[in-house]
Amino acid sequence: MYWRKIKDKIAAKSMLIGVAFVNSIVFLIALGLLIKSWPILTKKSIFHLLLSSAWHPLKGEFGFYPFIVGTLEVTAIAMILAVPVCLLSAIYLSEYAHHRFRELARVIIDIMAAIPSVIYGLWGVIVVVPFVRALGKALDTPTTGYSLLAGGIILAIMVSPIIISVSLEVLRTVPVQARETALALGTTKWEAIKHVVLRSALHGIFSAIVLGFSRAFGETIAVLMIVGNVPKIPASIFDPAYPLPALLANNYGEMMSIPLYNSALLLSALILLLIVSTFNITAHLALMRIERR
Amino acid sequence: MIASLVLVLGIFAGIVIVIVLRGASSLNLAMLIQTPEGGYYLGKGGGIANAIVGSLYLAFGALLLSSLFGLPIAFALQKEYLGRRLAHMTRLSLDILWGTPSIVYGAFGFIIMVYLGLRASLLGGIIALAFLMLPIMIRSIEEVIRMTPPELKEISYAMGTTRIETTLTVVLRQALPGIMTGVLLAFGRGIGDAASILFTAGYTDYIPRSLFDPVASLPLAVFFQVATPIPEVQQRAYASALILLVIVLLISLASRLLSHRCSRYIVR
Amino acid sequence: MPHISLSNLTIAYGNHKVLQNITVEIPNNQITAIIGPSGCGKTTLLKSLNRLVDLYEEIKVEGEVRIDGVNIYDPKADLLSLRKKVGFLSQKPYPLPMSILDNITFGPRIHGMNGKNLLDQIQKLEKQIPIDSLYPYNKQKETKSKKKHEMAYLVEFYLRLAGLWDEVKERLHAPATQLSIGQQQRLALARALAVEPEVILADEPTSALDPISAQLIEKQFKILKNHYTMVVVTHILRQARRIADYVIFLYLGELVEHGPAEQFFSFPRHERTRAYISGEIS
Repeated sequence: MYWRKIKDKIAAKSMLIGVAFVNSIVFLIALGLLIKSWPILTKKSIFHLLLSSAWHPLKGEFGFYPFIVGTLEVTAIAMILAVPVCLLSAIYLSEYAHHRFRELARVIIDIMAAIPSVIYGLWGVIVVVPFVRALGKALDTPTTGYSLLAGGIILAIMVSPIIISVSLEVLRTVPVQARETALALGTTKWEAIKHVVLRSALHGIFSAIVLGFSRAFGETIAVLMIVGNVPKIPASIFDPAYPLPALLANNYGEMMSIPLYNSALLLSALILLLIVSTFNITAHLALMRIERR
Repeated sequence: MIASLVLVLGIFAGIVIVIVLRGASSLNLAMLIQTPEGGYYLGKGGGIANAIVGSLYLAFGALLLSSLFGLPIAFALQKEYLGRRLAHMTRLSLDILWGTPSIVYGAFGFIIMVYLGLRASLLGGIIALAFLMLPIMIRSIEEVIRMTPPELKEISYAMGTTRIETTLTVVLRQALPGIMTGVLLAFGRGIGDAASILFTAGYTDYIPRSLFDPVASLPLAVFFQVATPIPEVQQRAYASALILLVIVLLISLASRLLSHRCSRYIVR
Repeated sequence: MPHISLSNLTIAYGNHKVLQNITVEIPNNQITAIIGPSGCGKTTLLKSLNRLVDLYEEIKVEGEVRIDGVNIYDPKADLLSLRKKVGFLSQKPYPLPMSILDNITFGPRIHGMNGKNLLDQIQKLEKQIPIDSLYPYNKQKETKSKKKHEMAYLVEFYLRLAGLWDEVKERLHAPATQLSIGQQQRLALARALAVEPEVILADEPTSALDPISAQLIEKQFKILKNHYTMVVVTHILRQARRIADYVIFLYLGELVEHGPAEQFFSFPRHERTRAYISGEIS
């Protein structure tokens, strides 16, 4: 009898160790990155690093501004393209579609979410880049196609599964009674959706968008393959850009050789971690609000 | 509204079709079973068996490592083990980890490797991938564990079981389909991810013989092959991408089938 | 035989008092029915007898519940053997996610019950309980190991005791979820009996069942009461009249009246009891 209780205690203790570990990982990562970025943080002020546009590693110049702007812009384009399409799709699936079709769509979206980013990147090279090139020609802006717009398009496609699936889930949790109540008062279907369903699901949709945003922010490989990778602030969406994750991925080889480069790149990883974590915490808190209800 | 959905689904179909079409033309058996000969990247002979095997090694290794922590932690989130506060905090940490970009895991893995004196190797890649897989696996499994009817656990406890006895006999069986799905989901992610293993696994033309050898991987194989200016090699990139896509789709299919198989006894 | 007595039992969920100052003794080898309107604490009272209330957060228990002289709420009390001694049947039967056979052997396996003790216990019970045509020794030729034979004997015995054997003997390895809800409840009964309790608690055991299954359960209870102490929560007065030997009446968490069934139903002492029995309040 006692052996059973001892087994239970041992199991519970080991689980606790695991839990402690999981809770500390984020801090460990942040700490590790901070330690490694320390050299450059002491050499240059954080404002200079964040706002300067001079990126000449060989001369010891590390201005992250173009990369930060590049990341923000490509993410913004992605969100502008993705959010309306995804929300409308989620609403259609939740409110109008036959439930069999909804399940089928769910399966397809899950598969889309599982496709590796390098494949999206490859497809981007084959299809999106020429498309942007042709578009540029049509609008009289010559471009190689490797541009902000291309990056934005592929990112939009990549974050769609997560925005749609989270939004869909949230919409489905709105109880049937809410819709029934509105319809019983004589609203049209769309009015019921707009005033009742969407209003209740607002927090969830917000968090879906935030999650999509943070995913777009951190996506590396696919964007890397088609965004052009020129460390200058793009003048138009047809110009190439250089987001932070791409910077990190492209230059890891040089990390060891040039002094301070190592530090600078890991600082960019730290910045990335902090920004993305902030978004994720926001999304988490918004979702928690819903669960509480 | 339906136009938006059609757009999304259409693009998905487009992606699959394009890769299949472009890739199928240059796919042949040699690609699957041979390793690259010298000058492969300049157009000479060989295959990408090194990358296929490498990816499998990496993904399996990382799966083992992350399940070791992941399964216990997923079970630990039940209310009989953790208090409310600790459970909330852990769920928040897991959400943060889940959303962390894979390149950050790569950078972190790199830091650990340097600290331990490792070079870019199979082990390094496994560590980075395990960190990436952990939150994905835990989230997926935990969602299913949460859905275990509390009355089911109640009657198990009413018969005089300890917490771990109920967890390992009743909850485990009830959640088995979900556990399978979670494990395979993480596995699929591990095979396809490139950013985390970019710094940590290295790349090589050979199949690694020890944990400390560098290892090739499918996603990186595609990436490097696309980057060359030589058309034959670019064609090979498409074929490699097709192989990767097929593997990922097979894993997805397997996960659905297995979870269906495991549902024989579960209580609804 | 266990002697169950409650003294000043008070249970509160946060600020809400569910049970107030319950003092009563539960008689052995009888069916005690706990009756009263919904939400009056009947289930909580039942679940306090095997400390199943521990599973609910924010619950505060004061007072004592003594079984065989030991206060089960003593921090040093052995929870596992308490729950083995006191079995539980829930309102909606939940089969464990296993085969029918595994459902029955689950309890004995967990408690490490096997071997000679098992067989002895069963043979003793067999002499006391009229089970039609049990031929366990035929089975010995069929099963490979002694342990399997014991388990098989155990499974057949308890399934017969619960009145389910004939319906499932051909498909012992099928998932328990395949059974109808009435069969699942009888399976739950067999499962609870298999750990050899001395007390059986039942929370509205027939409310989810069709009339025929309900009748079967009531019939089995009447047989079982000779060997176990049964405590049944029910909101169906007629059921209490049919099966109860002793009645406890709860109203809004307070013990209004208790006593032997005949006396309770024919000559209730309290106004409220009279009102409940006659259907004025429900």
